[in-house]
Amino acid sequence: MIALLAHRFGDLDLADDAVQDALLEALHWNEIPDNPAAWLYTVARNRAIDRLRREASARRRLLSAAPDLLSQQAQATQPTDPSQQTEEGPAMIVEHSDVGDEHLRLALLCCHPALDRDSQVALTLRLVGGLTTAEIAAAFLLPEPTLAQRIVRAKRKIRDAGIPLTIPAALDERVDALLTVLYLIFNEGYLSRGSTVTVRVDLVDEAVRLTRQALELLPANAEVEGLLALELFTRARSDARIAGGELVLLENQDRTTWNLSEIDAANRILVAALSRMNPGPFQLQAVIAAHHANAPTAADTDWPSIAGAYAQLSAMTASPVVALNRAVAVAMADGPRAGLVLLDAIAGLDDYHLYWAARGELLVRSGDKDAAACAFRRARELATNPAEQRHLDRRILGVG
Amino acid sequence: MEYMIFIGENEYRETPAPGTPDFDAYMGDWTAYNQKLIDGGHYLGGGRLQPTGSATTIRRVSGADTVTDGPFAETKEQIGGYYIISASDLDEALALTSAMPIDNATLEVRPISFRPDAM
Repeated sequence: MIALLAHRFGDLDLADDAVQDALLEALHWNEIPDNPAAWLYTVARNRAIDRLRREASARRRLLSAAPDLLSQQAQATQPTDPSQQTEEGPAMIVEHSDVGDEHLRLALLCCHPALDRDSQVALTLRLVGGLTTAEIAAAFLLPEPTLAQRIVRAKRKIRDAGIPLTIPAALDERVDALLTVLYLIFNEGYLSRGSTVTVRVDLVDEAVRLTRQALELLPANAEVEGLLALELFTRARSDARIAGGELVLLENQDRTTWNLSEIDAANRILVAALSRMNPGPFQLQAVIAAHHANAPTAADTDWPSIAGAYAQLSAMTASPVVALNRAVAVAMADGPRAGLVLLDAIAGLDDYHLYWAARGELLVRSGDKDAAACAFRRARELATNPAEQRHLDRRILGVG
Repeated sequence: MEYMIFIGENEYRETPAPGTPDFDAYMGDWTAYNQKLIDGGHYLGGGRLQPTGSATTIRRVSGADTVTDGPFAETKEQIGGYYIISASDLDEALALTSAMPIDNATLEVRPISFRPDAM
């Protein structure tokens, strides 16, 4: 089938990817179609066309965005150096005939630290992801004019401040920024999955696609692999996370609904990342996700290893949210009191509903129901997601 | 492109007294920095400002001027100095700005739209 498609499209990689897409879709069959091979071929052909369209629109976007961004580069060239002033702008694109390089420069431009985080996210989805302003606005539940203005402002800043479309000297920092943006997009999509609002674009899938693309541009980058593995482990469990509109905690999830082939793929990517001996926060988060994803039952979860990974992550990031997760893992490994001791030491999460929810759970386990109810009520006041609110209501009733 | 760097700092910061070895080291860093900007063809101008106590502000509303004592705005950090530099793009401007030998300061880098004397 791959050969058939490769012949049709004259591109083996494309055919390969398209067939993989079709096989993944086939995993979700409820009943076997009359002619599975024909079905697969049709789906694969359609996926190949989708991919080609995406690519073509990415090229168009690059070409339409680039002259805009490059014209200022020509202007910016110093008058003291006339050799550089002669139409250097458009030449920059031609000179880097490798499209991948152009894509990388564009992706890194979108995550320039001179742009605020919201603009980075919007620009990345618009210029790198190829989404329309309307699609991005809908995905973030924002009015379209707000998002359109955000993008216009960001483009204006790029032009007026002279933000260059070049591979930065501090590449690692910029790659970190790109990964952070991609992970933000992923989380935004993940948290809104299963909500009653239907959106045309699934930010989870979009983030995974963009992370794969980033890995193609930055091959053998352990942190990009780490992020991709993390996203796949998380997405593999996403169907089990909501049941009947209600949030299902990891320990109560029906693990038979987890996407095993996605977990396998994530395992392979994570192993490759770790073999590069260049650890980073996304790899550590992926390691933690892997421990959860590979545990046959909740009781089989290797909590001491997870607590260890959180300790490393905590040392690396100094984030109170990581410290919170670490406290929960330690509670699972060494008992609720050990976790509560760590929770007490965390500052800056007083307005974070998950801090209070976690505190409530640990207090329940240590037998202090009154204090637990108090913590759950505080969490309920702070929670904004309806599914989380209903979950907390049930917890308050449960300990009351 | 041309950029102005505004150096925001606490104007009561302590600097070494002239004549001490610390002062020589302090000034040496600044001289080296300025020379680096000049040698690279980046330096267009700059200077250190007197404290805001010496500032006089003219506020013009509907053509009527009011002259008052004091700076543009009373804030903890004040503009203590500035540079005007030439750089190929923002990344170069930011790199030149971070090389400034100053600690505990806020450095705003703003592109210059145009300068009448450079047109």
